[in-house]
Amino acid sequence: MQNNWLILTLVGEDHPGIVANVTRVLFAVGAELGEAAMMRLGNQFAIMMMVRSAGSPEDVIGLLESTRMAFDLKLHVDETDATLHQAREPDVLVTVHGADRAGIVAEVTAALVESGFNILDLRSDVGGTMAAPIYIMQIEGEARRGINAIEAAIAALGAQGLSVRITPIDTVRG
Amino acid sequence: MAILDIITYPDERLKTGCEPVETFDPALQSFIDHLIETCAQGPGAVGIAAPQVGILQRICLVDATRARRPVDNHGHLVLINPEITSWDGFAVGREGCLSVPDYTGKVIRAERIEIKAQDRFGAPCTFTMTGFEARIAQHEVDHLDGILFLDRLVSRHADLKRRTPT
Repeated sequence: MQNNWLILTLVGEDHPGIVANVTRVLFAVGAELGEAAMMRLGNQFAIMMMVRSAGSPEDVIGLLESTRMAFDLKLHVDETDATLHQAREPDVLVTVHGADRAGIVAEVTAALVESGFNILDLRSDVGGTMAAPIYIMQIEGEARRGINAIEAAIAALGAQGLSVRITPIDTVRG
Repeated sequence: MAILDIITYPDERLKTGCEPVETFDPALQSFIDHLIETCAQGPGAVGIAAPQVGILQRICLVDATRARRPVDNHGHLVLINPEITSWDGFAVGREGCLSVPDYTGKVIRAERIEIKAQDRFGAPCTFTMTGFEARIAQHEVDHLDGILFLDRLVSRHADLKRRTPT
């Protein structure tokens, strides 16, 4: 039996109990969970999770069918060649905010990739009011060509109404 | 000099408070030399504490000269029986640990501390540390009290304090 890590993605309207139900079902069949990211997006709850020892993707979908129905979830399971212990260490935090409009993520990430930046973690939120929304984004990653290259690349974004802050992350390892 | 074995979480010795050093003898000097060598071999290590090699005594190294970017520092420090006597300000920063491989996380630490200790020969010393060096010292003194950075993690999404570009 193959035992690669599957990646499960699961989305549905946020309710208490989704995580407990999904993980209880998987634990009951002896599944292992690897790394996971779960968060509320809008009014939805989204899960991305590494799972193995629970059979094939079809087996996992079958196991979770009653949970999926109970919470009206969208479920997707992929076979991958993912492995654990591949963590990378961010050395720069990029914080962006401005009045919400189309194109912020595309413009910022285009500038970052041009400067040799590799995104490891990106979170964004829409705050403010319905009438005057603001967009806030935090990106952690690796400045493969140094922080000065990033500062040069993002300099033009200020003229487009965005506040962009670059913060070096110096990790204490002791 | 020898490279000592690093013990890793969840070894109970990492959760145990350490005893003060009372005798500054040749055995202590030899151990410190081994600890320095072990720290030098640790990937990216800027400090180490004796309990990380299984010795439950209040001995640690703080070496901000090994920071990736230059920072204010007092050089290669051997701190025996260190005690932080004052704390000022706070900042979120990222930490990892030789005893917790393959994981880094965010921790709040004081930005400026005063620390008193003894040097490797028992002479009293005091330092005022800021920023990165202060963070290392707080991480290492925590080890001597049986506390890991895992015990102090804050939200992954906590913002990091902006630092003055160097």
